[in-house]
Amino acid sequence: MMNSRDKFIGHYTERIEDEQLLHGRATFVDDLHLENTLFAFVLRSSIAHGVIKRVNTSSAKELMGVHAIYTGADIATEFNQVVPTIPIRLAPIDDLKRFKQPIIAYDRVRYVGEPIAIVIADSLERAQDASEAIEVDIEPLAVVGNWRSSSQNISTLHPEFKSNIGTVYHAKKGSISPRNNAYHYRKETFKVHRHTAVTLETRGLVAHWDEQHTKMKVYGATKVPFFNRACLGETLNLPLESIEMIEVAVGGGFGVRGEFYPEDFLIPYCSKKLKQPIKWIEDRTENLLGTNHSREVECDIELCCDKSGKIISLQSTLHVDAGAYARTSVTTVPRNSAQFSSGPYDIPNIDVTSTVYLTNKCPIGSYRAPGRFECDFFRERMLDMVATDLGIDRIEFRRMNLVKFNQMPYPLARIDNPDRYEELDCGNYLTTLDRCLKEFNWDQKALLQGKKIDGKYHGIAVGCFIEGGGAGTKETAKIEVNDHGKINVYVGSANLGQGVVTVMTQIAAEELDVAMGDIEVFHGSTTYLEEGFGSYHSRATIMGGSAVLVVAKALKEKIKEVAAQHWQCSASDVTLLPGLVCSYQSQTLALNQLKKDQLSISGEFPCKINTYAYGSAAAHVSVDEDTGKVELLDYFTIEDIGRIINPLTAKGQAIGAVVQGLGGVFLENLVYDEQCQLTVGSLADYLMPTASDYPIIRAMELQEHPSQLNPLGAKGAGEGGIIPVAGLMANAVSNALSSKGIQVNELPLSPQAVWGLMNTL
Amino acid sequence: MSQTIPIQFKLNREDMSVQVLANALLSDCIRHQCQQTGTHVGCEHGACGACTVIVDGDAVRSCLMLAHQADGCEVTTIEGLATDGALSNLQLMFKKHHALQCGFCTPGMLTTAHALLSHEPHASHERIMEVLSGNLCRCTGYINIVDAVYEAREYYK
Repeated sequence: MMNSRDKFIGHYTERIEDEQLLHGRATFVDDLHLENTLFAFVLRSSIAHGVIKRVNTSSAKELMGVHAIYTGADIATEFNQVVPTIPIRLAPIDDLKRFKQPIIAYDRVRYVGEPIAIVIADSLERAQDASEAIEVDIEPLAVVGNWRSSSQNISTLHPEFKSNIGTVYHAKKGSISPRNNAYHYRKETFKVHRHTAVTLETRGLVAHWDEQHTKMKVYGATKVPFFNRACLGETLNLPLESIEMIEVAVGGGFGVRGEFYPEDFLIPYCSKKLKQPIKWIEDRTENLLGTNHSREVECDIELCCDKSGKIISLQSTLHVDAGAYARTSVTTVPRNSAQFSSGPYDIPNIDVTSTVYLTNKCPIGSYRAPGRFECDFFRERMLDMVATDLGIDRIEFRRMNLVKFNQMPYPLARIDNPDRYEELDCGNYLTTLDRCLKEFNWDQKALLQGKKIDGKYHGIAVGCFIEGGGAGTKETAKIEVNDHGKINVYVGSANLGQGVVTVMTQIAAEELDVAMGDIEVFHGSTTYLEEGFGSYHSRATIMGGSAVLVVAKALKEKIKEVAAQHWQCSASDVTLLPGLVCSYQSQTLALNQLKKDQLSISGEFPCKINTYAYGSAAAHVSVDEDTGKVELLDYFTIEDIGRIINPLTAKGQAIGAVVQGLGGVFLENLVYDEQCQLTVGSLADYLMPTASDYPIIRAMELQEHPSQLNPLGAKGAGEGGIIPVAGLMANAVSNALSSKGIQVNELPLSPQAVWGLMNTL
Repeated sequence: MSQTIPIQFKLNREDMSVQVLANALLSDCIRHQCQQTGTHVGCEHGACGACTVIVDGDAVRSCLMLAHQADGCEVTTIEGLATDGALSNLQLMFKKHHALQCGFCTPGMLTTAHALLSHEPHASHERIMEVLSGNLCRCTGYINIVDAVYEAREYYK
């Protein structure tokens, strides 16, 4: 809960990061101009599936300005015919490890955009020109374009394993007898299309191998720099202490950026070979072709209820199109979309099977609310459909089935391989739903439900969601008093634009009772701390912030001890005044009067249990009968995030996430043709929301039920905005078009798709 | 394309004299030759607007303009919006309204908004949305950006 004595936490606080960004002085990776830098261009496969017969670089190597070209065969030779692979970072299992991506293609290509060769030249233009002089001979194989053809094994991506199935997960709870003698059941099939984060800054790296000091610096790291350092150390056979991963400013993460990609090996590798700094900046087409895709899941689902409308069971089969390889975060979508099927609802019996299929498309990974966005769509659609079947008001139906306050902690389905148990920690889901309806003005808007006004059908919908956050197992921090008597805070969290510096400063200033200006937060290098775990799964504030809090407390005790030594008294007799001024009897000592050598504390906050923020969202849309265009007339989202550190950034996260979700629902679509060529090559094809598309989004953040799992009481806040968007929009559109008997079962809801629904029945 | 052309232009009130390749983009010239990296490149095909700069008063995509076309022009980038190191009122409004998260689109948003308000200090909410809809932002959902620009109108009247 907000403590009224808090000076910084919970207060409107402008961001510290903004000053540099607004001046145009922040350094992004392409802003680096190291001396003697060479430029890399990656030659990528234009064929989705094939056997590499020959890659001839001899004439390309002769071109002016070309320093080197490395192919898969070259790298295979150097690594004793075993090309290094990208490890699976989250929940790795042997099944999926079979399909890890080699850092460069050497015998086969499996998706359009897969690296075949890397060219290093004295300018990007020359590197690119030289890549066009490389002769590539690939014998095409039949492509696997979707999970269905993947399951038929007509063509096998990795023939040695004889199957395109990566693995099969099971999420279970209670028991499933045939329909549990249900009064009512309904079966449906739903589909979410392939789309992804598309950060405004593309990926990029500058690697600098210093031969003299045997040090590798890699600029452009983010999200999980310590993990990537370990990957690089292993693949390049370098000790960790010789590698420094440096975070510069980052133009958006949303899950996809900062994972270990082929280039995260190739660029440092080339720098080490050539002993010069090498810059690589992904272009937009490469970004669309090769940076993790996400979201493509099909679902067969069955929901059973008793006569009163209480849900008895949920059964579903999920088909996840994982693309060509199992990359670092391949497991997140299939696991989350299975385990979180029930969302915030009390469903005693659950049986979900989630199958990972390999196809000749870009590999998948986490994208903001991975698996959660998808399964929320499936579930919330089912709830509206089943409520209608039973003649129960959709709000009453949700109220009846939401997990109740006194059921907390509430167990979710347990997932296997590796086994993971999850429970909802705390909260009052019903009051938040009621608040949502009130703020949205539901009763008034409900009068428009299904009505046609001026050629547009109106629809409203409401949905409920949970947001997991705070992935373990721990986070680290170090706080020290610097030579000027100010405070340096080192964190293991990464800043991807979400305001980590401001939030950490607020937390440290609050605990230490110093001005925010007396604190400087450092997150930009793997040299600051022994280890760090990064920013994903809405964990930076919860885990990183708690680590800062724990270490700040320890520093205060240490300061008292040092002052006590000075005064030859007991530390318990020393009190701390604002500004970390030590006081003993009538004497005081300022921070810069204390011996500095002991005033550096490292620590960590361990926690293996996830927090669950929760909330509700409601929306009002109209659908144009002539064009199929959906207009968003109002959107309200409310979420209890446990404790609000910075109201400004918390709301910013919520609204930004909603709009990103709306892009996914209405605009964004990574379409492959029948040869598995990506037909979306630029931002003119991959449409994203603009300033005039969704001008009315309202968000409210609550802190009614702080988490008991961390000393801040914080829960995740970066993903809740996006989670309910698809279910909500699909329900609102279906409700708008109820007079036509239209049910939305597939995304995206582009004008063509909605028009198609209205004109094929 | 190895022939270079000498050009002179004003960049943020400073005289610039550079040799550029005939096919060099203005964005690359500003960022890599002049090393003023506040201008960002998000797509290199005019779709995202991050590279927007002000050329003789108009907002222009610097990735769609050749450097030599700027010969004799006055170019203002994000670095040129502050005065004596102090953020302009428009920039301060961005801070106040939390109109940036990662900040990558911000150079283009600021230059576009500055050009708009310089020409149309009474721009309506709808007009601001319309003009800013040429610039992509992936973080904020735009609402705070539009609010910031709307409130900044006061300082252009």
